[in-house]
Amino acid sequence: MESRNTQLAVGLFVIIGVLALLFLGLQAANTNVATAGETYRLYAKFDNIGGLKERSPVKVGGVVVGRVSKITLDGDYYEPLVEMVISKQYNEFSDTTSVSILTSGLLGEQYIGLNPGFIDDTVQMLEDGDRIYDTKSALVLEDLIGQFLFSQGND
Amino acid sequence: MLNKVAALGQATLNSIAGAGAALIMLTRALVGKPQLRKSWPLLMQQMYSVGVMSLIIIVVSGLFIGMVLGLQGYTILVDFGAEQSLGPMVALSLLRELGPVVTALLFAGRAGSALTAEIGLMKATEQLSSLEMMAVDPLRRVIAPRFWAGLYSMPILAAVFSAVGIYGGYLVGVRWLGVDDGAFWSVMQANVEWGHDIMNGIIKSVVFAFVVTWIALHKGFNCTPTSVGISKATTSTVVTASLAVLGLDFVLTALMFG
Repeated sequence: MESRNTQLAVGLFVIIGVLALLFLGLQAANTNVATAGETYRLYAKFDNIGGLKERSPVKVGGVVVGRVSKITLDGDYYEPLVEMVISKQYNEFSDTTSVSILTSGLLGEQYIGLNPGFIDDTVQMLEDGDRIYDTKSALVLEDLIGQFLFSQGND
Repeated sequence: MLNKVAALGQATLNSIAGAGAALIMLTRALVGKPQLRKSWPLLMQQMYSVGVMSLIIIVVSGLFIGMVLGLQGYTILVDFGAEQSLGPMVALSLLRELGPVVTALLFAGRAGSALTAEIGLMKATEQLSSLEMMAVDPLRRVIAPRFWAGLYSMPILAAVFSAVGIYGGYLVGVRWLGVDDGAFWSVMQANVEWGHDIMNGIIKSVVFAFVVTWIALHKGFNCTPTSVGISKATTSTVVTASLAVLGLDFVLTALMFG
């Protein structure tokens, strides 16, 4: 009978372990569907990506729809090319969509903001591998101060 | 002078031979025809003494470490008005580092030393030799179930440790110090990722389980079969296993999060 009690205790032990893992997975980690299920890729070229990193979030109006998957330098002029992985759930972006690199809070992480464009008969929907051409680069503090000083000098 | 060089050479040869013997012991214990009917009850017994009996110390220390993290984190973060980041701070430090590492250290002290002492005493009282006399391979009968039990138990213990620690951080941060309940969890969820943080923590604890159990079994199996020898082997298990865990942790962290 002692072996049965041992087995019961070990069974409970395993169940506690699975429960702990479930707690971690469901309560502590993000259960966001973005990049968990099926995804497609979009590309965007920027002049300056600032502090954007791989795995930075891609948001539409503050809602995470995907993540930055790769950042490379592209073309003859070595412009940063950002590859984004977007959840298939959100696959109705038109090719008039624009992207900008934004900062969350004053000192926060940088992320990509997608602004869905208008839709009419002439525009096409973005598909896997498409490029978004309307891009706004990251705000670089030094450039901003430089512009400010320059405009002060003109007065 | 030459004697000292010779002593150094002797020490080097000994440590290499020890590592080789440990590897041979492990392969001979694990490689072979699986005998589920025979090994299942043995495994259960070892899971009980190695895993279930370690649960209390893991839960208690996890709770207190989580509570201390919550308290210390709060006093610093509140200066910057960033006390809402308490959730991810507690969760990430537990999942990535403290969960696997402290569990492995406690496991080495609680279960590893017991394994070494048990096997060392079996050797000293010639139980291992009598098993061989009865044509039972002591490696398969004594070493293998203990090894598997350690390998299965530690990831479970590490997961329990992290979960209880996060709850401890929640108790202190939200219930006592008044961090916003919703922000605590939602900012945590925004920053913790299943694949990157939780899975890497589990991989870490599997590696630590392998190393700690292996060291404990090897030290017990190769100890000098005297009372002094057993006490030396037990001490050496805790020291070596702890150092190995801390060193490996740095390498794993550099590989995973570097």
